[in-house]
Amino acid sequence: MTTAPPSSFAWSRVVAVFLKELVQMRRDRLTFAVMVMMPVMQLLLFGYAINNDPRHLPTAVEVRDDGPMTRSLLASLKASSYFEIVAVARSGAEGDRLLRNGEVVFLIVIPERFEERLVRGERPQILIAADASDPVAAAGPVAALQSIAQTAFAPEFTGALSPLAATLPSYEIIAHRRYNPAGVTAFNIVPGLLGVILTMTMVMITSIALTREIERGTMETLLSTPVRPVEIMLGKTTPYILVGAVQTVLVLIAGHLLFRLPFTGSALTLLAAITLFIAANLMLGYLISTVARTQMQAMQMTFFVFLPSMLLSGFMFPFRAMPAWAQGVGEALPLTHFLRIARAVVLKGAGFDATARELGALGVILAVLTIAALARFRRTL
Amino acid sequence: MTAANDAPAISVEGLTKRFGDRTVVDDLALTVPRGAIYGFLGPNGSGKTTTIRMVCGLLKPDAGRGTALGFDVLTESDRIKERTGYMTQKFSLYEDLSLRENLEFIARLYRLEDVNAGVDGALDKLGLSERAAQLAGSLSGGWKQRLALAACMIHAPDLLLLDEPTAGVDPKARRDFWDEIRRYAREGVTTLISTHYMDEAVQCDSIAYIAYGKKLVDAPTGDIPGFLGLHAWRVRSNDLDAAEEVLRGAPGVELVARFGTELHVAGRDEAALAASVARLRGAGGSAEPMEAGLEEAFIHLMTLSADNYK
Repeated sequence: MTTAPPSSFAWSRVVAVFLKELVQMRRDRLTFAVMVMMPVMQLLLFGYAINNDPRHLPTAVEVRDDGPMTRSLLASLKASSYFEIVAVARSGAEGDRLLRNGEVVFLIVIPERFEERLVRGERPQILIAADASDPVAAAGPVAALQSIAQTAFAPEFTGALSPLAATLPSYEIIAHRRYNPAGVTAFNIVPGLLGVILTMTMVMITSIALTREIERGTMETLLSTPVRPVEIMLGKTTPYILVGAVQTVLVLIAGHLLFRLPFTGSALTLLAAITLFIAANLMLGYLISTVARTQMQAMQMTFFVFLPSMLLSGFMFPFRAMPAWAQGVGEALPLTHFLRIARAVVLKGAGFDATARELGALGVILAVLTIAALARFRRTL
Repeated sequence: MTAANDAPAISVEGLTKRFGDRTVVDDLALTVPRGAIYGFLGPNGSGKTTTIRMVCGLLKPDAGRGTALGFDVLTESDRIKERTGYMTQKFSLYEDLSLRENLEFIARLYRLEDVNAGVDGALDKLGLSERAAQLAGSLSGGWKQRLALAACMIHAPDLLLLDEPTAGVDPKARRDFWDEIRRYAREGVTTLISTHYMDEAVQCDSIAYIAYGKKLVDAPTGDIPGFLGLHAWRVRSNDLDAAEEVLRGAPGVELVARFGTELHVAGRDEAALAASVARLRGAGGSAEPMEAGLEEAFIHLMTLSADNYK
């Protein structure tokens, strides 16, 4: 039997490890099923539990003017599925109290002489005060009020009042977001969810890559062959890039079908970001795998990484609102940068120019993790 | 290849390994000539596995130096691994891969030019062809040993390191296994094999016996009994239990072992041993002097160094 001359790196050995991992993945049906089902399950859970377009929110109205226009507006509010009028405030103080106590999420105030001023063309103001401490809940209905009002007034603007219809809006809606004036939009959730799902599955699956070999005793065989650490690393992580790609496609399709996720930006930018992001997470998992001695330890360390990813990346809480040290931790997490890119591309239509800094940050994180994992890899038992 | 072909397959000295406070291998020297079958004996925990792992680069020695196949064990373990087949004590191939998949994986890691031919050859040679598609996890002990041997032979290594390869395998499978080892030896492959079985030890050309990490004996197999200076008697009696009772702990008696219907008694003090055996002869048994063999020698060594596990 002839063998090729010795060399310090061989693609053929990377391929050997790669093929072996694929076969093992195929044999381990349960894990494979979990990896495919997890994105879908999480998307459904997060997507519907964190409903980005909530309806039937408790609302108080404070009506200081009584006329056909006002009654028409109230009727439309009731008809819309956004607002559930649960209280009528008799004074400004009472309205504020209801909102502050959380009995209602919205307070809609129709001012004195609303109809009279409307007819005169003085553009009276309708005030909607929102409890934006739950900004996701508040955003949709506030935006919807405009069209509700328009629908309500349209039949009234006839005959002598028809010029009002032409110069719409002949009234003004003033929105006060209380308690959280910045607000966060609802679509933040779905691109973020893609990042969270990839973080969870990619880190978890590679964190057991080496510990499984150690626990099953196969590491001894592996180490007694000429295979190099970098070959094991590449061979073991590459199959999961494919898994990550499948998950990404699943989430984007489901996000589009279930939540009408818009997609406005550069697909190529997103592809580059996803590739870098998946690779960074795989390396993070692989690094864990070089540290942990058992699969149990690897799982615990995965969660140790996963929690800050959820909390400090800007997925759950606005990044800018965090203290400086937490932002520092957040900057070191791949998810933070991926979220910024994904949101910029999917929601704001960004391309490579606008996301170059974040892509670079992902690249740096990937390089650091790769070097650390290779340095940690023990070639001896 | 920088190595001269007449250099020993393994030549190490001063090899030392500590785990914490415990010195597992202590200043060990070993020279294994090319083409030899070298037996590595000793009680559990005596440092056999650790020594083998240090030779093939799986463990880094705390002290010592040496070569395997002409390559430095400290700095050139990549080169050593290319030319060495290591069979672990515990089955360490992939139970969720089939026999063929396991061998293909190993063959690719050694960069065989024709993986399929190599795998077919290995399967054929060890009679595994019919089971090629079976998952390794479903094999019985003996078949697993064969697969492991096939895997560590697939790249036609010059050196075989076998760590208790026949532990827990039935006698028939052990005999087949040894037939294979001898065939490889005839082809010029050097074998270092650790074992607990006396019938395997006698098949080795030379034997190194270690206990507590120290080498006690290292000699050609035939020289070992004389080397120890043992004198032996064969004892027959109607009541072997009673005879054993009397002899155990008697002056000059270092070893009492049962062989079928007789007792073998051995010790280094010829006169004291003869006196003790003579007392028994009066009590209705018969005794005659015999040549001390390998078996007596090893039982003697094992008794001197009980299990190293605490």
